Amino acid sequence: MSQISISIYRYNPEQDSKPRMQSLEVEVSGDRDLMVLDVLELAKAKDPSITYRRSCREGVCGSDGMNINGVNGLACITPLSKAAGPARKLVLRPLPGLPVIRDLVVDLSQFYEQFEKIKPWLINDEPPPAIERLQSPEEREKLDGLYECILCACCTTSCPSFWWNPDKFIGPAGLLQSYRFLADSRDEATAERLAELDDPFSVFRCRGIMNCVSVCPKGLNPTRAIGKIRNMLVEQGT
Amino acid sequence: MVTNATSLGRSGLFDWLVQRFSALVLLAWIAWVSIGVIAAAEFGYPQWRALFAAVPMQIFSLIAVLSLCAHAWVGVWTVTTDYLNEAHLGKAGTAIRLLTQIACLLLTLSCLIWGARIFWGSG
Repeated sequence: MSQISISIYRYNPEQDSKPRMQSLEVEVSGDRDLMVLDVLELAKAKDPSITYRRSCREGVCGSDGMNINGVNGLACITPLSKAAGPARKLVLRPLPGLPVIRDLVVDLSQFYEQFEKIKPWLINDEPPPAIERLQSPEEREKLDGLYECILCACCTTSCPSFWWNPDKFIGPAGLLQSYRFLADSRDEATAERLAELDDPFSVFRCRGIMNCVSVCPKGLNPTRAIGKIRNMLVEQGT
Repeated sequence: MVTNATSLGRSGLFDWLVQRFSALVLLAWIAWVSIGVIAAAEFGYPQWRALFAAVPMQIFSLIAVLSLCAHAWVGVWTVTTDYLNEAHLGKAGTAIRLLTQIACLLLTLSCLIWGARIFWGSG
């Protein structure tokens, strides 16, 4: 058994005048590497008032996105050894830039509003065929690296452009999904989708710092997708 | 509230293209002047004057000053709309941003006119 020091962001807006950091020590088994979520569960056993979201515990649902030792990630698939390092200390904060509902739970409304703006569904007014709208393997391949996004918000909440303009900049997750539909051979609304992105904020507030790429727990590359949207805008607009 | 009203072209694509194109013009101008200085066997005030006396160089230099002003405005607009807003500065955010933008615009226009006088002035 070994000790892990955890510092957890605590804030209940209904009771607390300001947030505080709570320090806890938990004992973990030394024979296997735990995930950060496992350690959080041990901390919750000590203090049941600690609040966070979690569901699938295998990096699929995207519920437990949080800031782990300064880096956004999913607690359920971030190994303790990688997050805490040799200092064996964890600092857990909510995803930055969004209002805190309680402790590690943030209000994702702005994130979802931006996602909704890009119309995340196929637009095709042709009568549907009897079975399904077919794609060639090459057309389908264009969606790889795009459709896998689980909307955990780790990327968007690590982006300063989203922190400063969360009501106008769509953010990396929304733009990755926007390109997922722009690249889809079955979608017929390319021109309309691009027209809605050609303002100074929605796409062009991205400064290409690639925080999104470095934190994506699924290994996706929103910056590349944003670059492809820009290229499509250039092709359409010039 | 932050809006598009004071952006250079109201279009994200236009501003983005202006910033990239102006950067290329400035790079070419710096390279051209640097070559002019380095390639000269002897360099002093007469050579410097001669370099800028040629009409093509004067045209290129004025385009470079215009590019500098456009490039600066797109950058300043981005920075001011990121940091000088209600979220950072409270209710006074919009007024502070507009005043800063007006000051930067006046400075940019002054630089443009000053640059034109230097490159095209008779003195």
